[in-house]
Amino acid sequence: MPKPKIGFYWCASCGGCEESIVDVAEAILEIAELVDFAIWPVAMDFKRADVEALEDGAITATMINGAIRTSEQEEMARLLRRKSQVLIAYGSCAHTGGIPGLANQFSREAVMRYVYHDCPTVVNPQGTEPQTEYHDEGRVATLPEFRDVVRSLDQVVDVDYYMPGCAPNPTLVLAAIRTLLSGVLPPKGSVLAPDIALCDTCPRIDTKPVDLEVATFKRTHLHKVDPDVCLLTQGFLCLGPATRSGCGERCIRGNMPCTGCFGPLSNVHDHGAKMLSAMTSILAAEEEDDIDKALEGIPDPVGSFYRYGLPVSMLRRKVDLPFGHRN
Amino acid sequence: MMTELHQNGQEEVRIGYFVCHCGTNIAAMIDVAAVAEYVSTLPNVVVSKDYRYMCSEAGQDLIVQDIKEHRLNRIVVAACSPLLHERTFRTATQRGGINPFFCHMVNIREHGSWVHEDRAEATEKAKALARGAIGRVKYHKALEKRREPVTPAALVVGGGIAGIQAALTLANTGKKVYLVERDPTIGGHMAKFDKTFPTLDCAACILTPKMSEVYAHPNIVLWTYSEVEGIEGYVGNYQVRVRRKARYIDEELCVGCLDCVDECVFKVGNVDDEFNVGLSKRKPVYMPFPQAVPKLVVIDPVACTHLNGGNCQKSCVDACERAAINFDQTDTIEEIKVGAVIVATGFKTFDPKRKPLYGYGKYPNVYTALEVERLVTSCGPTEGEVVCRDGRTPKKIGIVHCVGSRDHQTNRWCSRVCCMYSMKLAHLLHEHTGAEIYNFYIDIRAPGKGYEEFYERLQEEGNHFIRGRVAEITDIPKVAEEEGMLTIRVEDSLAGFVRRIPVDMVVLSTGLEPHADSQDVRRMFNISCSREGFFLERHPKLAPVSTTTDGVYLAGCCQGPKDIPDTVAQAGAAAAEALTLLDTGYVEMEPSVSVVDPIFCSGCKTCLNLCPYHAITRDDAKGVAVINPVLCKGCGVCVAACPSGAITQNLFEDREIFEEIEEVLAYA
Repeated sequence: MPKPKIGFYWCASCGGCEESIVDVAEAILEIAELVDFAIWPVAMDFKRADVEALEDGAITATMINGAIRTSEQEEMARLLRRKSQVLIAYGSCAHTGGIPGLANQFSREAVMRYVYHDCPTVVNPQGTEPQTEYHDEGRVATLPEFRDVVRSLDQVVDVDYYMPGCAPNPTLVLAAIRTLLSGVLPPKGSVLAPDIALCDTCPRIDTKPVDLEVATFKRTHLHKVDPDVCLLTQGFLCLGPATRSGCGERCIRGNMPCTGCFGPLSNVHDHGAKMLSAMTSILAAEEEDDIDKALEGIPDPVGSFYRYGLPVSMLRRKVDLPFGHRN
Repeated sequence: MMTELHQNGQEEVRIGYFVCHCGTNIAAMIDVAAVAEYVSTLPNVVVSKDYRYMCSEAGQDLIVQDIKEHRLNRIVVAACSPLLHERTFRTATQRGGINPFFCHMVNIREHGSWVHEDRAEATEKAKALARGAIGRVKYHKALEKRREPVTPAALVVGGGIAGIQAALTLANTGKKVYLVERDPTIGGHMAKFDKTFPTLDCAACILTPKMSEVYAHPNIVLWTYSEVEGIEGYVGNYQVRVRRKARYIDEELCVGCLDCVDECVFKVGNVDDEFNVGLSKRKPVYMPFPQAVPKLVVIDPVACTHLNGGNCQKSCVDACERAAINFDQTDTIEEIKVGAVIVATGFKTFDPKRKPLYGYGKYPNVYTALEVERLVTSCGPTEGEVVCRDGRTPKKIGIVHCVGSRDHQTNRWCSRVCCMYSMKLAHLLHEHTGAEIYNFYIDIRAPGKGYEEFYERLQEEGNHFIRGRVAEITDIPKVAEEEGMLTIRVEDSLAGFVRRIPVDMVVLSTGLEPHADSQDVRRMFNISCSREGFFLERHPKLAPVSTTTDGVYLAGCCQGPKDIPDTVAQAGAAAAEALTLLDTGYVEMEPSVSVVDPIFCSGCKTCLNLCPYHAITRDDAKGVAVINPVLCKGCGVCVAACPSGAITQNLFEDREIFEEIEEVLAYA
């Protein structure tokens, strides 16, 4: 009997998710025994044609990491969806848009202008910009199209499961792969992590008072962080109360606040808005001046509250972007 | 969304939509037939009708019949404010045989026809709102009201005429009443009055029997010289802590013989007598006034030599045959359980020193109205003889209305009683002294039964009425006839020139204000107050004695200035509201409360300190927040704050709200 086929693919991502697969360490050998890899660009040499040659549904499960920005990513996502029985959005970018999704605050033109012209480290005296087609002596070179907005994977194709995290935690990854191979699948649409916020398992929760009021928000590089006390209580914006657990509180144990990479709980409509709403509820300031003062500690509100989820939020994108590629 | 519901194995959603004409209130500005026609095209809508008066019996029957005939399981009624008729239509829905909370109202009157001027646009808005409601109602769930038992006892705070009336009314129905009064006696301001307008009844004659009745009533526990210190719990089940201040008198033993007062080492009074508003002195051991209830003396710990650590021969102790004096007494705390609370804490009068131009405190012959009440009464410090502080019997008296009222520098409100009591005092002063009386008024406000007639009577009696706000009262004479007199300078706004009128005596008709500690009282009972500081009724017209806290009611001037008839009527209403609660024996809790799903609660503690009703506690063993549904008012603060979405609110779930918003927006 042939071994089940597994695929890994990356789109708009940093490569950290690929690392996280390797981070399962020796267990990868156990997996390799049980499955065949159908595609895994970062580790093995496969071509798109190899995948196209497979029958539809031939791959048992594919994990795609990264957000969707280019036409190529879009095409690969559609192709892999067709070839896979189960498609998993792997990591924050595929799950909720991730860090690349923050680019939705800017138009495509603004991104191009900055990256190819205005950025202080760019040297581009001829003002070259990428073109989708280049003709030279009768030969044609092509590049994928750069879309107007960044999307999460499920804004492009149907997704069966979500593996949260920037990057996902190896323990959860291994558990997920074993579950998949067991054939006993969770309900479609499940996020493969506990559906309860990080405070539930936070080692510092007992140090948080019941009547916490935050007067000012501090930034971690400007203040000493007490390694034992609840970070919100110390005035550091910690998204733990609004963020799904399962990460092993790695940031907290590293003495850094949660930035929200595991995304919201299943019954939350908008991760950033929910956290913002919670924070305004416990803000001590009542006068406008005091509020402004408190907010000085959050110089980048979108980057703080929507660091990993802008594309799937209610805000989604800057409103004056052209609507050419809405889904 | 329909398919989703089918997959969940739930029954098909069948919506009935009913839009009300409200006579012409709605139909004149909104094309209700067109709205009904539009709604009939929306998904899941089985019936869509317009009707002249949906709230009428026939309108309600329409809902009942259509539910049965068309197997409707959701009802949307577009009519007036839900505040007015939500209950009506929920009841009708229930009569039709389905859960009342499957009914949803759309307000197209207050939010529609009454506020728009363009019929086409108002109609479009009604359609958009209808679409939102049709969208949200499919997510409604069957909800049940909860019932909690009620402790059949009431607390009345304040022993003025309002508190007395409320306490007696309740006690006469057989309910146990705790009446708590801060002062050593009940009676309040009314006990200090000589006569009452417009009938000129003797205030004491009509009040003191009621005071005695309170004392003797088997169902009333009267605690004077006591203050409520704290209250916990919820409608029907309040736990109240009352501090009973030390009187240094054994209440069981004292019979009010006043032997101790007579034998006090102070042979004359040395403390301003509160009852005579400082016009006389009392001793450290005293009874506020002869008709005080309870008929007990009290020792003022500030004035008593012994209680101040001084060396006193304690002749009072020797004088008391019943050994009722007990200097070792300390404050005690009583804990009681009640189902309802009536707040009747009254008012204070405006301090005229805040209007220095009127010379109160500077010129001895300038009096407040309350002082004059004591002067004209036969049981007052002068036994009814009107003699000024400088010894003269006044021949000309000026009464200045609206002192501290209708004044943007002090209090903007009309104190409602000053015009009438000023005229009453004018009558009594004239009766006692034969003096010529000048009333300085802005407007005469006499809108009560027999009040206008009383005003006419005063005019016929020869009182002068000068329309104009008094600018200044001075003792600096300009002409010979002003020598030794107080001259009132006023612009007579009817005659159109400035008058100077010399008088012997000035009466300042001071307005009514909230007590200085009214904010503390408000916080303790968790009720709201208006900008002025008077306690706020739940609705100015339809719930005038209720507050935003269930089971807490208002009576008397703590809610706003009012005269004795209105106070007594309001106290009766408050008692009736409290009785309704106590007599029913249980409270029904609206199910639109917030709920914590313990599965999703991470115990992050964000919500704990936010609840204005103290309904949220933390179960430390389970590490989750718990909401007491009885205390929860469904304000939604915790729902908005819960960062995990673990708190939801019935009838205001995210999907209901978002669906409503999306459908309204999709209409455009």
